[in-house]
Amino acid sequence: MGLRTPLFSEHTRLGARMISFGGWDMPLHYGSQIEEHHAVRRAAGLFDVSHMRAIDIAGPDAQSYLRILLANDVAKLTHPGKALYSCMLNPAGGVIDDLIVYNRGAQGYRAVVNAATTAKDLAWMQAQTAGRAVSIQARDDLAMLAVQGPEARARAHPLLPARLRDAAAALGSFQAVEDDTEAGWFVGRTGYTGEDGYEILLPAVHASVLWRGLLEAQVQPCGLGARDTLRLEAGLNLYGQDMDEEVGPLDAGLGWTLAWEPEERSFIGREALRARRDDPARHDFVGLLLTERGVLRAHQRVLIAGEPVGEVTSGGFSPTLERSIGLARVRPGTPATCSVEIRGKAVAARIVAPPFVRHGQVRIDQ
Amino acid sequence: MSDVPADLRYTKTHEWIKDHGDGTVTVGITDHAQEALGDIVFVEIPASNRQVDAQEACAVVESVKAASDIYSPLAGEIIEANALLNDTPDAINNSPYDEGWIFRLAPRDPGALTALLDADAYRQSVEDET
Repeated sequence: MGLRTPLFSEHTRLGARMISFGGWDMPLHYGSQIEEHHAVRRAAGLFDVSHMRAIDIAGPDAQSYLRILLANDVAKLTHPGKALYSCMLNPAGGVIDDLIVYNRGAQGYRAVVNAATTAKDLAWMQAQTAGRAVSIQARDDLAMLAVQGPEARARAHPLLPARLRDAAAALGSFQAVEDDTEAGWFVGRTGYTGEDGYEILLPAVHASVLWRGLLEAQVQPCGLGARDTLRLEAGLNLYGQDMDEEVGPLDAGLGWTLAWEPEERSFIGREALRARRDDPARHDFVGLLLTERGVLRAHQRVLIAGEPVGEVTSGGFSPTLERSIGLARVRPGTPATCSVEIRGKAVAARIVAPPFVRHGQVRIDQ
Repeated sequence: MSDVPADLRYTKTHEWIKDHGDGTVTVGITDHAQEALGDIVFVEIPASNRQVDAQEACAVVESVKAASDIYSPLAGEIIEANALLNDTPDAINNSPYDEGWIFRLAPRDPGALTALLDADAYRQSVEDET
């Protein structure tokens, strides 16, 4: 038996098919993964993401610490509530994890990290605090729900604590609000689906009430299956698949998350990435659209004239496009028309620029 | 428990076999199998006239989750495959024993059918798995 989120019994009550993910027993789907996917693109879907961990970083040195720890620069978070996506790198430029970090003003910062990497992340983060006035606290007491889709925010608003409601409605993208008087409630206009919505942290004891309230507001419960196809359509990377400790951000389409300026900010991994940046052998990270029938899967080979030129890192079926799509690492200069080896056969594909779908709209030429 | 029609034969790898009594059988995957796979998005059907051995992988069913081989339950010749699945692979989810059939086979030894699982034995086999 794996770890259970505070919503475990809600999932079994709904008859979810459960799977083991990163040490947690999580819902894969509640009936049809494809219908769940469409619900998020067309209206609103609800995800239990309580397996992901909020980590609070506080103390006088919190900012200077994070400017060394993270490859993106928290100095960009000029006011409380702003959020930033970043990789946390090792000295060799490999990715320890990817995360979202929020500025919490006087309370410091909050990072939200992946489930499977939580223990590793905490150990690494703790080790980097040496000699700095900074504290690291994993918030095991909080649950996290993601409500995503064009209708998600409107359907969530009546269920938020009254004092947070107006501030939440006024949030810009990648901004968060929390209310000191409602200990633990933290609402961010962020997500992992390519749609508008919230990620809501709240005390674990209140999670079931919010969950049921959102179901009553006609928000479709969604499992990890739909979460994966939604993020793939949105062209968002998955840690452990598209990048990891061996494959760094420059090889995974995450160059945009590296803050090279100011020059003197010597974040962990910077020197290794500087060398990698200028390496002509470095592969491109691209989107793939399978133009024939079949399904792209991780580790399939990308072919040009029968010769391997790269590898699929994430693949699957896109419910929106009704085609298979993927992310892949290919040799620089690979022409758009290529093929992918599926069960020994070369199946026609085309290189495209992700995202495939954002805000309900197809963003590539089919 | 999922639907296990009494008039069919089964394999431990979750294929069902319908005997037409004219030297041909139809093969598909069980309700239990389609449910475990999740939404099916692609089916690679076998070519007609292909000769297959018993337990030979001859079709592939891909769900949102993974690709699964479908094994021929008997040795023989593929006489027809369900081309409907090219456009509507989810027929296997919606109608695993009817519109979701995968291929028809002329077994070399029709007597071999009796060696396959009956409904009770298949039900037991599924229970033992879980």
